[in-house]
Amino acid sequence: MTKQVYMDNNATTPLHPEVKKAMVAALDVYGNPSSLHNLGRYSRSLIEEARAKVADLIDAEPEEIVFVGSGSEANNTVLSKCACPSCHSCGKTCSQVVRNELITTKIEHPCILETAKCLEDTGIKVTYLDVDKFGRVDPADLEKAISNNTKLVSIMMANNEIGTIQDVKKLALIAHENGAMFHTDAVQSVGKMSLSVKNLDVDFLTISAHKIYGPKGVGALYVKKGTLFCPLIRGGHQENGRRAGTENLVGIVGLGRAIELRKAEMQDEEKKLIELRHSLRTGIEKNIKDISFNSPQEGCLPGTINVSFDGAEGEAILLYLDLEGIAVSTGSACASGSLDPSHVLTSIGVPIEAAHGSVRISLGRDNTLDDVNYVVEKLTMVINKIREMSTVYRGGI
Amino acid sequence: MNPNWAYSDEVKEHFTNPKNILKDMEESEFDGKGVEGNVKCGDEMMVFVKIDKDKNIITDCKWKTYGCASAIASMSALSEMVKGWPVEKAYLVTPQDITEILKGLPQNKIHCSVLGDKALRAAIDNYYEKNGLDNPVKDQSVRIVCKCMNITDKDIEEAINAGAKTYEDLQQKTKCGTVCGECKGDIMALLDIHNH
Repeated sequence: MTKQVYMDNNATTPLHPEVKKAMVAALDVYGNPSSLHNLGRYSRSLIEEARAKVADLIDAEPEEIVFVGSGSEANNTVLSKCACPSCHSCGKTCSQVVRNELITTKIEHPCILETAKCLEDTGIKVTYLDVDKFGRVDPADLEKAISNNTKLVSIMMANNEIGTIQDVKKLALIAHENGAMFHTDAVQSVGKMSLSVKNLDVDFLTISAHKIYGPKGVGALYVKKGTLFCPLIRGGHQENGRRAGTENLVGIVGLGRAIELRKAEMQDEEKKLIELRHSLRTGIEKNIKDISFNSPQEGCLPGTINVSFDGAEGEAILLYLDLEGIAVSTGSACASGSLDPSHVLTSIGVPIEAAHGSVRISLGRDNTLDDVNYVVEKLTMVINKIREMSTVYRGGI
Repeated sequence: MNPNWAYSDEVKEHFTNPKNILKDMEESEFDGKGVEGNVKCGDEMMVFVKIDKDKNIITDCKWKTYGCASAIASMSALSEMVKGWPVEKAYLVTPQDITEILKGLPQNKIHCSVLGDKALRAAIDNYYEKNGLDNPVKDQSVRIVCKCMNITDKDIEEAINAGAKTYEDLQQKTKCGTVCGECKGDIMALLDIHNH
């Protein structure tokens, strides 16, 4: 069998064996966490244990953590509800009801961008901030765009495609100075870099389990104590009335365990990933000509590298690597089913041709130097093969 | 492991072992060259043909492409298919002829990655032109109606035969007129002809 190398860890990660153990044990726990009897109370205790672990990793209080079905759900909740200017349905008096503007960036995940587009249809003014060639938001641009009508600023902490980390603390401060709330989508950051919500002073922060060796279908939203909050899913008292629906007990237990393990493993792993990424980068540079790196060298997630190959198209690269047992992803339009390549790459000024020829390699805890060497070897072979048939490499013929 | 690949087995075979890629320095041996598509849209095809002038037969067909897996596979399949064909027959090849050999492609791939038929026609036109010959089948051949999506009058005709009744049906079925919309009048005229 072909060697299998998984280097698409920003898309999702394999379940940590210890997480799996905790989840398997929780499969037999069936009491409804809302029930008062012994079985219900036991389920409740497992959820609260998980909540404490999540809170601990990000320096929050347990009651500030709301379990949800995914990072996308958390982001939809914050944007569609908290940017909404008419929160009559929450029954609270809201001092910010008159504010009807949202500020976000051009490089957010589609679950933010598409929700923002929907908000525009309801009359909310949305500003999409530009980023520089490294994918960074200039705080001065936020200063310029923000007004006393801005209700919410939503800026991701680390980008999923290129790995760029934003200066969230500074951006949140600008939002607060102008009386706006601040949300950050941190699904690529929590568990990969240490962070404190108290230090960053954000109002909302999104967490996903499956990006950090936990299960799919579960996430968490940090909501700062005292922050105005409207639930997206109504009709139940679960999560203190902030997210209705009987809790995904097994998922939440998995998320809690995954977070706990991140706390123990994160720092050593970060060092390892930075070294592996360095080997990968130098390996690619040494063996393949006419490339350009789309990820910044500094201020980047430890395991993420995004690179474009002149004259080669991304979907073809991805599928030739797939035949060699290697899993990566691409920003090419051909892989997305649309005509446009990655919005993130075009936003940082990557030419359309180079965006079509981009590959994202995202390393994870299971990867080794041996994997990196294998990927460099196969990638070199694949790029040579594609360039031999390319109409455009070195101007074609 | 999952036995299913992203495309059909036929696509996988042509993608894994693409046939008839033009090698460097070979171009001068060929009688005609055609280019279609562009890199900004994600796919560009180049076709080279060798023609036996006396027998009027395509003796060799090679290609280059910048494109995704289905672009590579469709070029490989086309080049294999038309070798030995009379020039007139090759001139009338359709995207459907190519997708049939490949046992189908996802709908969203057909109009961006199957440009080989158009590049082949351009190569044959180039051959006729270089040799000062008239193209005997030019009139029977297809004409590109929607330039953005490379949709021909034949594509439109086939979509109408398959049940498309309105401009919107055609947009949905063929993706024609979905970019700049300049071809709307042309497409409406084709619909009109078929409806009467």
